[in-house]
Formats: sequence, structure tokens, C-alpha cells
Amino acid sequence: MNTPRSAQLMRDARYERIFFLSMSLPAMVLVGIGALIPAAWIIQQSFQTLGGDFTLENYAKLLSSSLTWRALFVTIELSAATLGICIVLGIPLAFALASTPPRIANRLMMLILLPLWTSILVRTYGWLVLLRSDGLVNKTLIGSGIVSEPLPLIYNFTGTLIGMVHYMLPLFVLPTYAAMRDIDANAVRAAASMGASLWHSFWTVILPLSMGGIVSGGTIVFIYTLGFFITPAILGGGKVAPIAIRMERTLSTFQNWGAASALGVLLLVLVAIVAATLFGAMRLLRRHRVGG
Amino acid sequence: MLDAYPDNRLGRFLLWLLAALVLTFLVLPTLVVIPLSFSGSNLLEFPPRSLSLRWYENFFGSGAWMAALRTSILLGVLTPMVAVPLGFLCCVGMNRLSGKASRAIYGYVLMPSILPGILLAIGLFFVLAKMKLIGTVAGVLIGHAVLAIPVVVIVLAPAVNRFDWAQVMAARSLGAGWFRGLAGIMVPQLRFSFLAAALMAFLTSLDEAVISIFVSGGANSTLPKLMFLSLRDQIDPTIAAISTLWTGFIIAIVLIVNTCQKS
Repeated sequence: MNTPRSAQLMRDARYERIFFLSMSLPAMVLVGIGALIPAAWIIQQSFQTLGGDFTLENYAKLLSSSLTWRALFVTIELSAATLGICIVLGIPLAFALASTPPRIANRLMMLILLPLWTSILVRTYGWLVLLRSDGLVNKTLIGSGIVSEPLPLIYNFTGTLIGMVHYMLPLFVLPTYAAMRDIDANAVRAAASMGASLWHSFWTVILPLSMGGIVSGGTIVFIYTLGFFITPAILGGGKVAPIAIRMERTLSTFQNWGAASALGVLLLVLVAIVAATLFGAMRLLRRHRVGG
Repeated sequence: MLDAYPDNRLGRFLLWLLAALVLTFLVLPTLVVIPLSFSGSNLLEFPPRSLSLRWYENFFGSGAWMAALRTSILLGVLTPMVAVPLGFLCCVGMNRLSGKASRAIYGYVLMPSILPGILLAIGLFFVLAKMKLIGTVAGVLIGHAVLAIPVVVIVLAPAVNRFDWAQVMAARSLGAGWFRGLAGIMVPQLRFSFLAAALMAFLTSLDEAVISIFVSGGANSTLPKLMFLSLRDQIDPTIAAISTLWTGFIIAIVLIVNTCQKS
């Protein structure tokens, strides 16, 4: 007696599911056209000759070229150095902000949002102006007698690194700050009351409790830096060639889609490895916290 | 948290010194271009020896720069108009579906934010070439909307999930359709999240450079693309004028957002 009605209900439930799936569909189609198909096409091109036949030659050439290994090394070097400096500069900044009353911290937060929302090209231009051999930084250094000749700060790895850190630092500070804000101040007071020094409670209480924010900020920084193009292209001045730059150069100078795509796949694999490692670390962290 | 250590003056001082230095590092490059934009010479002297508005005249008098400005504003307006409704519907769908399906959709729509920009740009170039959309506003719009969707979803998903769905269900039980339930009851209550999502989508489009460099062209080049090309070739002080206008605009937005948060 109940069966027809429950069958009706089940059919309704199925229709509802399809209906809700179809609500998500437009966004999914757009992401398909604008991200999934482009990525899939790059993967496909990397296995093709110019004529469209299957080949592994693109990879054979790529992996036997010293330029590739150099690019791979520079890419990882740049990402690791950017992440390292972001950690060293970002954690104290986040800690200082998290220790101030929210009213003042919100004001200071504007100084982090301003660069975050300013165009990457405006910021890169600012660094070009500051770091030139006759720029403000070199003039100050020479004027104060620290160096006698202008330091080469742009069109090399140093300039690229400065630009990258400047771009990534707000992205690192925001999640770290949010995690530190959530720390119960009583935990720190308890540590202090039991005689822990500021230094000691920073390492044993504050840092472990904000690790979630630090890891997610660090993941963003490292993954974004791996594929970054604008900063190395301008501040590197042609001398710094991570994979992203090599891809563009392979295309614009040699029109070689196969080789550029193989580089793209290399980049994709690199991003996937890093993402998998860091997400694994985050999961481990979470389990660790639940466990004890 | 520092209040637990009232006696540690030195630690406090060092921490704030470092924080102040890092904050200076963050704002310095955006502020240094302002005096330069008013310089009378075409050398990048700091501080400028003579003052003029010639770089602003250069910018506003140049057909190419004005066309790029128009394209960028147009894209900045169109991108939220595409990405916010699509992102919102996606959030609603994810909220109502079971955990597994919803997590899969979430991971999928966040993909554009993880894929390297250069890869997206080159791949998109090919897709748009097939669709004969290279050098058109529509082509760049697809790229910008795809980048904006993860941003919109990240902003809107928590708001949609926190929402009291019983209100929509009540409207449904009284005979309202899904559209009316969402547009009439949910959207007005989430208006601040919508504003935040639209603002982030707008900024994503305005600042986007890599896709623009590869797929926009001619009169439809965006402002960041023209800036990139002229920065790579020579350092034109016109960029200082553009940068100053841009920074002023962003400062206004930051101040408005900050006041809105307080009230």
C-alpha cells in the first residue's frame, strides 16, 4: 500500500538530485571550457608531433636538455626561497598583529590589503624604480656608506626573489594571522604563569597552535610561485628562466607547441607532487591534533 | 598574547620593529611611484627635480592606453556578472547534494586557482583559437570568469552553508518555486557576501595579466597587458601615472571596505 507513494518519493528525490546537480552545472561547464580542456589539450600536445602523430620525442628532448634541468632547479629554488623568506618575515608580522587589539590590527591590516589588491604590474614597476642601480635603495646604501658601488638588485635572481616575496607575503600572512587570532590567549597566559619565557611559549604554544594557518599559507605561496610568470619575466630581465618563462620562450621563439606543452606537463606534475605532499601533511596535522 | 609578558620590553620592541619593517617593505613599492608620476623629466629621478602632469596627459591623451582602460573596466564589470550568479548557483547545488558529490564539485571548481597561470593561458589560447575568440573581449572574459569562479565560491560557500535553509523550505511549502525561494529570501539576506564576492571577482579580473597577455590583442588588449609590454621593453614613466591612479583607486576600496566592516 505504501509502495507507490515511496516509489514516488524516491523518484522525487532523484529529480531533486538532478535538479541540484544542474544548478552547479553552468559553473562546471565554464571551468571545463576555461581550465579542464586547456589543461587536457596541453597534455595531449605534449605527446604529439607537429603533424599530430603520437610521439615521446618531446619528452626525450626535454629531459636530455640541460636547459630543462636548469629551469627545474631555478623553479624549485625560487619557490623554496620565497616560501622560506615569507615564513621568516610573515610569522612575526602575523604574531605582532594577533597580539594587538582587533581595532588597531584592522587598521594595520589595510597595509597588507593594499599591496594584495594592487596590480602585480604596479608593484613590479615600483620595484623596478626602487632597485635600479640609481634607484632609492642603492642610493640609500651608497649614501650611508654601506656599499661603495650600486648592488645589482634587478634583472637577476635577487630582484625576482624580492618581487616574488612581495607578492606572496600577504597571501601567507592572512591565513597565519587568522590562525593566531583564534588562539586562546589564556593558553599563553598559562604558559607564562608557569614560567615559560616569551621565546619558549612562542615555540611550544603559539607556533604549534597556528600550524594549520601556516601550512595552508605556505601551500598557497609555494604552489603559486612554481608557475609564476610576470615577476620573473620583468624583474628577471631574461636571466632568470624558471619553467613558466621557458614555456613562453619556447612558444614565442620556436613556435614549438609540443616542447612547450611537455614543459607544461612537467610544471603540472611538480604542482601535483607538492600539493599532494602538503595536503597529506595537513591531514596528518589534523589527525595528530585530534589524537592528542 | 603579548599581554602575558608585560616585563619583556625587549622582545616586544624587537617584534614590533620587525613588523614595522615588513609593513614598510609591503607598502613601499606601491607608494614610491606616486611622486615619480608627477616628475617633469623622463628620467626616473627620486625625488623628482621638477613637477608636471605630463605623464597623466600622456596616459589620458593616448588612444592605445584609453582603449586598454576601457577594455579592463568592461571586463571588470562583466566578470562578476558572469562569475557571481554561476558561483552562487554552484554553492546552492553543493549545499543540497550529498557530502561526496558536493566535495567533488568543490574540488573541481577550485581547480583554476591551483593550475599554473601560464598553463591556463597557453591552453586557453588554443581553445579560444578553435572558437575563433582570440583577441576578443568574450575570449578574455571566459578566462577571467574561470579565474573568478573559485574566488566567488570560496567567499559564498560558507555563507550559503550557514544560511537557515528552513526559510527557503518554508517558502517552498507555501508554494514558492526554487527561484523565488532563492532570489526572494536567500539573496537579500546574503547581500554582503554577494558584494564581497563581486568585489573579489572584479579585482581578480582587473589585476589579471597572464591570460590577457596571451589571448587579448589589438584594441582589446587589457591595461595589465599594455603595462607588461611597456615594462618589458623600456621603463616609461607613463606607467607611474597609471600606477598612481590605480593605487588611489585601491586605497579608496580598502577604506570603504574597512568602514563597512566596522559598521
